[in-house]
Amino acid sequence: MHSKTIAELFADLRARRVSSSELTRHFLERISRFDSGLNSFISVTEDAAIAAAAAADRRLATGDAGPLTGIPLAHKDIFCTRGVKTSCGSRMLDNFISPYDATVVERMEQAGVVMLGKTNMDEFAMGSSNETSWYGPVRNPWDRTRVPGGSSGGSAAAVAARLAPAATGTDTGGSIRQPAALCGLTGLKPTYGRVSRYGMIAFASSLDQAGPIATSAEDAALLLTAMAGFDPRDSTSLERPVPDYRAQLDDTSVAGLTIGLPREYFGDGLDSGVARAVEEAVDVYRRLGANVVEVSLPNSALAVPTYYVVAPAECSSNLSRFDGVRFGYRCEEPLNLIDLYERSRGEGFGAEVKRRIMIGTYVLSAGYYDAYYLKAQRLRRLISDDFRRAFTEVDVILGPTAPTPAFGLGAKQDDPLTMYLCDIYTIAVNLAGLPALSLPCGFAGGLPVGLQLIGDYFADGRLLGLAHAYQRETDWHRRIPAEYK
Amino acid sequence: MSLSEGDVKRIARLARLEISAADVPRYAHDLSAILAFVEQMGTVDTAAVAPMAHPLDAVQRLRDDAVTEGNEREAFQAIAPQVEQGLYLVPRVIE
Repeated sequence: MHSKTIAELFADLRARRVSSSELTRHFLERISRFDSGLNSFISVTEDAAIAAAAAADRRLATGDAGPLTGIPLAHKDIFCTRGVKTSCGSRMLDNFISPYDATVVERMEQAGVVMLGKTNMDEFAMGSSNETSWYGPVRNPWDRTRVPGGSSGGSAAAVAARLAPAATGTDTGGSIRQPAALCGLTGLKPTYGRVSRYGMIAFASSLDQAGPIATSAEDAALLLTAMAGFDPRDSTSLERPVPDYRAQLDDTSVAGLTIGLPREYFGDGLDSGVARAVEEAVDVYRRLGANVVEVSLPNSALAVPTYYVVAPAECSSNLSRFDGVRFGYRCEEPLNLIDLYERSRGEGFGAEVKRRIMIGTYVLSAGYYDAYYLKAQRLRRLISDDFRRAFTEVDVILGPTAPTPAFGLGAKQDDPLTMYLCDIYTIAVNLAGLPALSLPCGFAGGLPVGLQLIGDYFADGRLLGLAHAYQRETDWHRRIPAEYK
Repeated sequence: MSLSEGDVKRIARLARLEISAADVPRYAHDLSAILAFVEQMGTVDTAAVAPMAHPLDAVQRLRDDAVTEGNEREAFQAIAPQVEQGLYLVPRVIE
């Protein structure tokens, strides 16, 4: 039953071929059997899951069920969950039992979703390999000597190994799409503001956005429909109605659509196996009647440098709340208040988080603000304008999600800049606030390759429809690593 | 842009982060490399470009100044490192 999609599982639940309790126990058993080799979960909430499944079964029995009722799911450990440890992958929050639920968690619970546990992640979502976690690295189910990507690496590894039918993630510079690509999954970063950020531990508030990691576009559509919507508790939440993304999947016709390939995304640095798989996917869309043209996003090369000013600046401000006074880690026997702050933060945060806080502090400090932060904000507009111009010529932009397939554990850990370049094709989307989706489109050297679709603002549904059309023609998204079948 | 070890110590102090003396050279190296990489921003003239702070150029939404949350002090203080009589405790600030 773990090889089925959410849509298929729900049909089984509704037809009483399986109960949510049986389904939940099945996935809990898989977690206990396989996760010691993957490290994809930080917490497994077994008792709560069994109770939630029983409640879901009662709803299913009375006919009071939606399309996610009784479906097990894992949440990235960045989402606050009442009464459950919410660590954000950090020693700083290792003792943090959240007193409230994130809006995403609350909405999923209302939909009758059964939470299996909380997934591992790069510390405070800062990383592209899941190696910065205080709880240790996550391994890629396709090859356990390799990384699953990051920062939502635990969510991606858990779903790829079918330890959960789907998981939530967050994406600040590629943290849903890149791990989805490296693990052979479908992951969507929605339009900025589409999903509430309330209770989602903030990294860079103008870039952060939550979304689903699933095994198909149809499942991602089901999950987005439940996650999305206006939330007065998030000041940047969009006041727009949420369509039924799944019902709309077939509304997107590929025939006659113009797909743009940005020439900057197919240049030096792109692995040849990745390029080949992406080009074959383009042929599938051509066969379906799409018109494929080249476009240019001339400021693409500036996206990563711009991001590494904007994101650290916002992170240094957001992470100032971790002070060792009100919650989280506190150092032993502080000498005075400054010592308490400095040692609690110095001991509670890992090296990558400290690097980013210091970069952010520096670029915001007196004398440097204009040269770095304001400059980056100006470039951010140029990067956004590139997309605006491209979308006057094309309906959707297509390219690789990541420049290479999954790399080895430890391969890039000692060089922050090499790691930053893993997100070379994903970061510009966050700066602009656009929706983008990664879906599996083949393999290179036995490892999954991700195809990225980028849409204009609010084109989340169109991206899901395009991915769904591709997944009806291909079966890459059905592939499961041999050991986890 | 190259940061000296003194710069690293100053930034760490501003950020309220203890960095051990042994780690300072490594941070000086890494932060300098990141800032040198970021220097690429200077290759484009942006004098006429308006800064973009938010993806949708949205303005802050306002709400009525009304109490919408209950008092959950006990729940919040239950997870604090040190509290006494409803107060958060820190080391003595004024001698």
